[in-house]
Amino acid sequence: MRKDLNIHVHHLTRVEGHGDIEVDMKNGVLKKAHLHVVEAPRYFEAMLKGRNFHEVAIITSRICGICSLGHQLTSLKATEAALGLEISDQTKILRKILVNGSTFQSNVLHALFLAAPDFLNVGSVFPLVKTHPKVVLAALRMKRLANDIGDALSGRAVHPISCIPGGFTKLPTEKEIIDLRDKMVREARADAQFAVEVFASLAGQIPQFNRETEYISLFNEHEYGLYDGQICSSDAGLVPVEKYLEVTNEFIVPHSSSKHARFNRSSYLVGALARFNNSHKLLHPTAKKIAAQLGLQAPNHNPYMNTVAQMVEVVHCIEDTITLMDQLLDKGIKPEKPNQEPTRYGRGVGATEVPRGILFHDYVYNRQGGIETANCIIPTGQNLANIDDDMKKLVPEIVGESKEQITKKLEMLVRAYDPCISCSVHLLDVKFVE
Amino acid sequence: MKKVKVAFFDFTSCEGCQLSKLNFENELLDMLQWVEIVEFREAMDEKADSYDIAFIEGSISTPTCIERIHDIRRRTKILVALGACAVSGGVNAIKNTHPAEWVKETVYGADKYLFPSIPVQPISAVVKVDYEVRGCPMSAPEYLHLFKSLLLGRKPEDSDYAVCVECKQKENECVLDKGMFCLGPITRAGCGAICPANGQYCIGCRGLVSNINKEGAVDMLKLHGFSVQEALKRMKMFCAYELD
Repeated sequence: MRKDLNIHVHHLTRVEGHGDIEVDMKNGVLKKAHLHVVEAPRYFEAMLKGRNFHEVAIITSRICGICSLGHQLTSLKATEAALGLEISDQTKILRKILVNGSTFQSNVLHALFLAAPDFLNVGSVFPLVKTHPKVVLAALRMKRLANDIGDALSGRAVHPISCIPGGFTKLPTEKEIIDLRDKMVREARADAQFAVEVFASLAGQIPQFNRETEYISLFNEHEYGLYDGQICSSDAGLVPVEKYLEVTNEFIVPHSSSKHARFNRSSYLVGALARFNNSHKLLHPTAKKIAAQLGLQAPNHNPYMNTVAQMVEVVHCIEDTITLMDQLLDKGIKPEKPNQEPTRYGRGVGATEVPRGILFHDYVYNRQGGIETANCIIPTGQNLANIDDDMKKLVPEIVGESKEQITKKLEMLVRAYDPCISCSVHLLDVKFVE
Repeated sequence: MKKVKVAFFDFTSCEGCQLSKLNFENELLDMLQWVEIVEFREAMDEKADSYDIAFIEGSISTPTCIERIHDIRRRTKILVALGACAVSGGVNAIKNTHPAEWVKETVYGADKYLFPSIPVQPISAVVKVDYEVRGCPMSAPEYLHLFKSLLLGRKPEDSDYAVCVECKQKENECVLDKGMFCLGPITRAGCGAICPANGQYCIGCRGLVSNINKEGAVDMLKLHGFSVQEALKRMKMFCAYELD
């Protein structure tokens, strides 16, 4: 058996942002096994200081291009809570459709374009265009449709335009909703089913590794909680969103420009697998069937299965979007002006499930409607300690395999979390002390 | 025809422009007939020694960024800056408007020395940039147009006129006339006035037109009840570096 092992993966590929994997083992003792986050800091919270409530979500959306919608909606929810802005049921339905759209677009992108190449032993999705054209085309169609939803409901899928505090500056037409619904029913259902079958055939490639940890997500007793709910920990139960700091407990480690987080154990997991473990009973019946087909049962303790949970969510989001669009069409789309009349100024916390896990924005506004302090806590940051803990358990288990194989499994592990590294670094706990 | 070797790189940014590239679902496969993507860390493992075109997203904000961009410039024939962060510093440059030490201390406290950071700069402040695609995110049609132009060996046009021109072409109601603030009169076009078309005001993400009519813009904002200070503050959301 090998006694020494040294692995350094510089700028891990097929993930968002810059991270290095470092493993160092000497004389059978594991000295180091972690994800080194080398992304340049961006200091977003400092940028928000003094910005008016109209401007805040425009800036926070730029934290991340992949989950810009999630950052924008979480930001709007925090602002609305701080300023006492009520929103209409129609606004809520439209936002939920947007959350579904961005979740399934991001999950498709990750599962089929970034993770799937590992299962087929290629370096990217591009060779698959030739070898697996049908599934690539199905994935592209699903992505396109999800982006069309973003375009129609928020003006633009990347950095949405029309979502503002209190509502929307422009509403979609009923015809646009009917056309999108039609495509969801005719195209997306079949494409998702096909993608699931391809995924099922690759399931044997998913490494078998188990480490039980704490699973944290939003929980909403009425629906699979993506847009709204309370914080749910598999160890400690429900916690109100306003008390998120008691859950996240961030701390700085020298090997990461993104802070780490812990609650009841040395680390916890957020993202699709945490949502599935905590809320699987609330999935759409079709998505439950898909979970069974893909061999995903709650509670599941294999982090590599996060990608499978993402595919289950793709099916759930498609079905839920069809239901929400029906509700919208039943009631008819009413012309509404966004509610921009603050009833108070103070602190507000917003939490939303973005594709990579639970996201928090926390703002304090002054009487002029300007930001005094801001804090944002990002899913990838919350997962970093968990990734390190996984590596510490995984490396000794696979140390007998070839170095190449170990490296691949470590890369696949980090990729399974679908990390969004540039997000995680610019979002550190900031207090404006002057 | 020999395939053109293309590479994509990301610096300090949200990677939204890279995502926008993957969002050409309809054109992506056609484009792959003409180009060979030789390096694109966000999507693939492979790396290359040299490129015909390097597309750069993001700003310069650490000492390592400077080394990396020099290295890329040496390897590529054409260098294109993609999106506001690469072209003008984008929202990253808001950081420059606050004292650097204060920014670092408030984020990392006593651990501020762990993570080196320098004032945010656009790519062109460090190396020669041949072409640019503006906007936050970059405008997808504009990017496709530039890409096709480079493949054909022709020079792409530059939309160096105000967003107002495109807004009028779309027959949008004037945003200022609606009583809202707007940076359209001084912001460079090319986006198809997408924000006004969606009921928002122009947030100036594409930077200033080169022949800005400053007095005219100031007069017009005054006429609609907005101050120069307000305009400057809003302009500094995306153009803090340009206005410095």
